Amino acid sequence: MTATPILEARNLYRSFGAVTAAKDINIRIQSGEVVGVIGSNGAGKTTFINMVTGFLPPTAGEILFNGRSILGQAPRKITRMGMARSFQVAQLFPELTVLDNMLVALSIAESGYPSFLRPLRNAARIERAETALAEFGVAAFRDHPVTSVPQGTRKLVDIAMALIGNPSMLLLDEPTSGVAVEEKFPLMDSVMQVVRRHGVTVLFVEHDMEIVSRYVSRILAFYAGEVIADGPPAQVLDDPKVQELVVGHGGHGRTRRAS
Amino acid sequence: MMRVDRTEAWLLGAGLALALGALVLPSWLTFLLTIAFAKGLVVQGVVIQMRAGLVSFGQGLYYCIGGYTVGVGGQMVGVHDAFALLLLSMAAAAAVAMVLGLLLTRYREIFFAMLTLAFSMILYGILSKSQSLGSTDGFNVRAVTALGWAPGAGGKMFVYVLTCGCAAVAAVLLHRLSKSSVGHVCEAIRENEVRVEYLGVSPRWMLYATYVLAAATSALGGGLIGMATGHVDPEMAYWTTSGEFIFIALLGGISHVAAPFLAATLFSTVRTYAIQFVPHSWQMILGFVLLGIIIFLPKGLWSLFRRTKAEARA
Amino acid sequence: MTTFIAILVDGSIYASWLFLVSAGLTVIYGVMRILNMAHGSFYAIGAYAGASLVGWWFSGAGGNPYVSYLLLLGAALVAGLVVGFFIEFSLLRRMYGRDEILMVIVTYALLLILEDAIKLVWGVDPYFAYQPYGLLGRVSFSGLTFANYDLGLIGVSLVVGFGLWLILNRTHKGKLLRAVIHDREVAVAMGVNVKAMFAVTFAVGTTLGALAGALTAPAISVSPGIGVEVIVLAFAVVVVGGMGSIGGAAAGAVLVGLTRAAAVHLAPELELFVIYGVMSLVLSVRPQGLFGQTLVRKI
Repeated sequence: MTATPILEARNLYRSFGAVTAAKDINIRIQSGEVVGVIGSNGAGKTTFINMVTGFLPPTAGEILFNGRSILGQAPRKITRMGMARSFQVAQLFPELTVLDNMLVALSIAESGYPSFLRPLRNAARIERAETALAEFGVAAFRDHPVTSVPQGTRKLVDIAMALIGNPSMLLLDEPTSGVAVEEKFPLMDSVMQVVRRHGVTVLFVEHDMEIVSRYVSRILAFYAGEVIADGPPAQVLDDPKVQELVVGHGGHGRTRRAS
Repeated sequence: MMRVDRTEAWLLGAGLALALGALVLPSWLTFLLTIAFAKGLVVQGVVIQMRAGLVSFGQGLYYCIGGYTVGVGGQMVGVHDAFALLLLSMAAAAAVAMVLGLLLTRYREIFFAMLTLAFSMILYGILSKSQSLGSTDGFNVRAVTALGWAPGAGGKMFVYVLTCGCAAVAAVLLHRLSKSSVGHVCEAIRENEVRVEYLGVSPRWMLYATYVLAAATSALGGGLIGMATGHVDPEMAYWTTSGEFIFIALLGGISHVAAPFLAATLFSTVRTYAIQFVPHSWQMILGFVLLGIIIFLPKGLWSLFRRTKAEARA
Repeated sequence: MTTFIAILVDGSIYASWLFLVSAGLTVIYGVMRILNMAHGSFYAIGAYAGASLVGWWFSGAGGNPYVSYLLLLGAALVAGLVVGFFIEFSLLRRMYGRDEILMVIVTYALLLILEDAIKLVWGVDPYFAYQPYGLLGRVSFSGLTFANYDLGLIGVSLVVGFGLWLILNRTHKGKLLRAVIHDREVAVAMGVNVKAMFAVTFAVGTTLGALAGALTAPAISVSPGIGVEVIVLAFAVVVVGGMGSIGGAAAGAVLVGLTRAAAVHLAPELELFVIYGVMSLVLSVRPQGLFGQTLVRKI
């Protein structure tokens, strides 16, 4: 553990009025890791992602990406540094087609200043977007407006858009939430396959233990804004504290949603 | 990449044909078309913003700045060249928009609408109290020249041809904008601003650029109207004028660059007759038409055309 | 000193008037999230109804001149409630749940329709109903003279403001209404009849607008276009105070009213400018207005 972590959080705090959503969080993630974050609703998982990506300023603490502080940077700056994210509810452009969603993402990823006069659609860009869609197995939907495609496809497009800028780190916020039970594993299989192929470091928030334990090499367990366990899946899931506070609640919300 | 596509060829062709029409069309019609196309340009400013999800209830601000710049340039500064005056109009509007845009791009939805309205009312207030500019009566705009040539009696005709030219060129550029990366990113901002931020570009600066561009476009229209009517007054900045532009924008819809021109032509034509025959019901007609569009044709009249085209193909 | 008192009194009168004009607008926005562009037209309808009724009373029909105050109130109530309920029922009811900005455009269409409807009903010649204004006489202090009618407006707006506050905070229906404002879905789940609440709120809002118009009628010449002028002032007040907040409308009215009075006395050429100037200034510091609440987007 001598190498500079790709992502490091030091003593992060965040409160919403009387609710503490993050309490003294200390995390170091090395390049190439696939880390799962578990915890019931309101444990502070999404708050953590929101802080790391610059959407939500922490009340106190420090966040380093590749050894550089990213505190106070706007999400777009952090994205440009190579940290992308997906969303709990897929964040797409509903009136555009799946392909146009990808093309918009791609045109922004290509340069910080999209062109006023050159067309969005050009052969090279379309080919790259199609390749990306094919990687996730959703190329068939390319000309469908986003509103008309299934939930699972939307989640995949959301992730494909995050990945198209070739980030070095990807934060997945509950990739299988809102997806039918029988689709969860196939969806994760295709996501993890693509992610491994691109060699991206992944932090992956999920409250379904079964899914988490299958794909990750390390688990962080959140409870009431604190990290209560950190280690390999077997060790964390057998931890009595995790058993009682996280697994025991089936990962389903008892506390108020603070994210 | 700078090849002219089919729509662009159509737009340029239509502009040329209409300009040549000056030779055969009666002068009342060319005047009506001048006003309509110039208004169409102002409305393009509203439409560019609508595509990005912003509804300006104060586009009259830039319409008025355009008109007054042409007026003041000719009357007080001694600039008479039409091209120079129009460039000045656009520059003045862009300069004001660059300042106001810093504040306005922090707002969305009705807050943006109300603030744009407030700014145009500020200009209205200032102009109404400026005696050197004729207060509420406004003042007359001097006849313009073109690169040293004075059209004299053909002044109206010249402004008509100039308007056709400006409208065609603006239409081609705006069409290109709507197909460009920025055009699509603006649509994306309308749909989901947070996601655009997370893709790595600032929605606020994109909207800022859009706002400034819209201001310059509307000022161009305002400048042409000033030349065509030979008169400007503070009413141009009054909020009901801006409301009229929104009406025309919704009438045409935002899906095609030609729609604002067609809608403005329809509007000006109907208005000419309505004010003659039913002077006290004109606004009421507008109101009912607007409700009808919102309820039955949310994408504007243009969607009717598109639908018949799609049906014909099927 | 005289100027100071003049600014203070004129400002208070103007603030009271602004509050009356904008109270209905903010009530409707607070409950229904509709920024009603046609609010000025309700003001105009109230003014016309009041002026024509008072005109009829003094043109030989009536007896006691003091009854004219009741006529003003009655005209506002009837006109506001009838037109308000009719529009809610025939138009707005079909539009609930649409985008806020679309509702602005819908009410803008409504404004266009109502402006001409007013011309069709009352014609384009001005109406005068100055009698109730003169009847109360004038009062002088520190070398300045003020119309008692104007000073009475201060009282009326205090009564209206306090009344609204009482209804919202001290009655059962008012508490239900606040539940609707706070969270519509929860209110529906609690069994609150949101539809009925909306209808009543809209009618109350329009009646407040009509009341402001009727009470203003004796002081102005009632002619086409008065509603269009008023609506932008009401917007400025409501936006400054924070949209949907009655306390905010009061604060906005006082701020705008005093600033304008100061401008009228000290720098008359700035009169029209200051109102929107105050608005832009407040918003650049506090985008949600003085009493507004910020909404945070969740992702």
